[in-house]
Amino acid sequence: MASALINVPAKAKRGDIIEIKTLMSHIMETGYRHTASGEVVPRNIITSFTCRFNGTEIFRADLFPAIAANPFFTFFTTATESGKFEFEWTGDRGFSETASASITVE
Amino acid sequence: MQQSPNSSRRQFLGLAGGAAALGALPTVIVRPAEATPAMLASAIQNVTGGAAVRTGKVKLDIPPLVENGNTVPMTVTVAHPMAPEDHVRSIHVFNEKNPQPNIGNFHFSPQNGRAQVSTRIRLADSQKIVAIAKLSDGSFWSASVDVVVTLAACTEEVI
Amino acid sequence: MRFYGAIVVALLIANAAFAAEIPQAERRSGHSFMKPDTRAMQDEETANPGMLWVLDGETLWKRKLGAANKACADCHGDARTSMKGVAARYPAYDKATGRPIDLEQRVNSCRSNHQQATPLPYESRELLALTAFVARQSQGTAIETGDDPELAPFIAKGRELYMQRQGQLNLACANCHDDNWDKKLAGSAITQGHPTGYPLYRLEWQSLGSLQRRLRACITGIRAQAYDYGAPELVELELYLMSRARGMPMEAPGVRP
Repeated sequence: MASALINVPAKAKRGDIIEIKTLMSHIMETGYRHTASGEVVPRNIITSFTCRFNGTEIFRADLFPAIAANPFFTFFTTATESGKFEFEWTGDRGFSETASASITVE
Repeated sequence: MQQSPNSSRRQFLGLAGGAAALGALPTVIVRPAEATPAMLASAIQNVTGGAAVRTGKVKLDIPPLVENGNTVPMTVTVAHPMAPEDHVRSIHVFNEKNPQPNIGNFHFSPQNGRAQVSTRIRLADSQKIVAIAKLSDGSFWSASVDVVVTLAACTEEVI
Repeated sequence: MRFYGAIVVALLIANAAFAAEIPQAERRSGHSFMKPDTRAMQDEETANPGMLWVLDGETLWKRKLGAANKACADCHGDARTSMKGVAARYPAYDKATGRPIDLEQRVNSCRSNHQQATPLPYESRELLALTAFVARQSQGTAIETGDDPELAPFIAKGRELYMQRQGQLNLACANCHDDNWDKKLAGSAITQGHPTGYPLYRLEWQSLGSLQRRLRACITGIRAQAYDYGAPELVELELYLMSRARGMPMEAPGVRP
């Protein structure tokens, strides 16, 4: 079960700089931990997060094991036109999740 | 990560080292190797290609005293315009003492309007964190902070 | 005779006062012991990782399952109204078993009896998601646990356990959480042990966890044998702690270091 929380203002004035917040559920297993019996727990992390607006990439992050479990990002964008933000998380073991949010720019 | 309902007492006693807080399972048995200064230098070199890195423009906000190394809030801001002809291309964050030197790379576009990113990171120990910004003119700027971690990341056994 | 009676009463009072209980006006949620960054993580919905479980719980609430092919929502409707204030009354008295049951056990009893599905294991993602979703509906509600007079003997047992020294460190819960909550243990705040935010997200766990998980970890910390998940002792301890926090607002899913 993977779920994401996205916070994008529903409306903005043209030219405003708005904040986008995203939270994705993921264990972010580092690959450096051991079980009680000494076996290494294999790495299982999200390696990439991308935000596109109306199809164009506006922000991207490369993640390493030092990013905390349930990765959280906030970043900004300039409101230029109404449209759709698309978010994509990809990672180890074929992990791939998407989410989207719309904004009306006046 | 689930706790088995029947974790034996013997197992816990065997692990009990210096309990940080009651309930924080006190287990530092196998520590992964730390990143070395050479690894940090090499990771930075991969980003800068050997170009000079100047101090300034970058602001790195991390609480100086961290409650738990598993989840440390971090904000990086670059005081620089975000115009198509002159903007911040990316921010790269590194650490000294985690098992590997990279924390994250953040790629921006002029559309962002502001070169700022917040996330949460893991710190295996008290250490120095370095953030380097790459501008569209090819220059590099940096900031670093020293963080004290009272309860390190990665110490709890997987149970 | 009357004279001796008075002495006995006086001794009992002195004994009770030995481990001083926290005056009502001085009660504080664990939230107030945290650094501002950690508090902010709990307070803002998008920043609180516990909300991911709440979101999952909302999905599960509507999912039909079991031999009865029923969803929680088929009986309880919209949780926003039907579950409002419910978690603030748990653990509650269960007539069928004649014992208090916690929220996890209530969910599982519903699964067994009404959905005809297998019970969910403690600390499973699904059980945490459902309890987090239900508990979230009591956000800001004052805790009322313990109203039912049938609960009185079980609260008393829970209190006894709370006051009982145990383990190789020979510590009672009260030795830290009543007597020393204003101090620190190896850099961490001790807190008063009010379970206002469960299930909650501990940075230590990097996950949501139940109050029973927290209690078991604490019991292990004093080097005593932890009770198994679902043990009557743990439920009585939960019951005592919730009744001790009566009047304090619910804040699930909380975030703690």
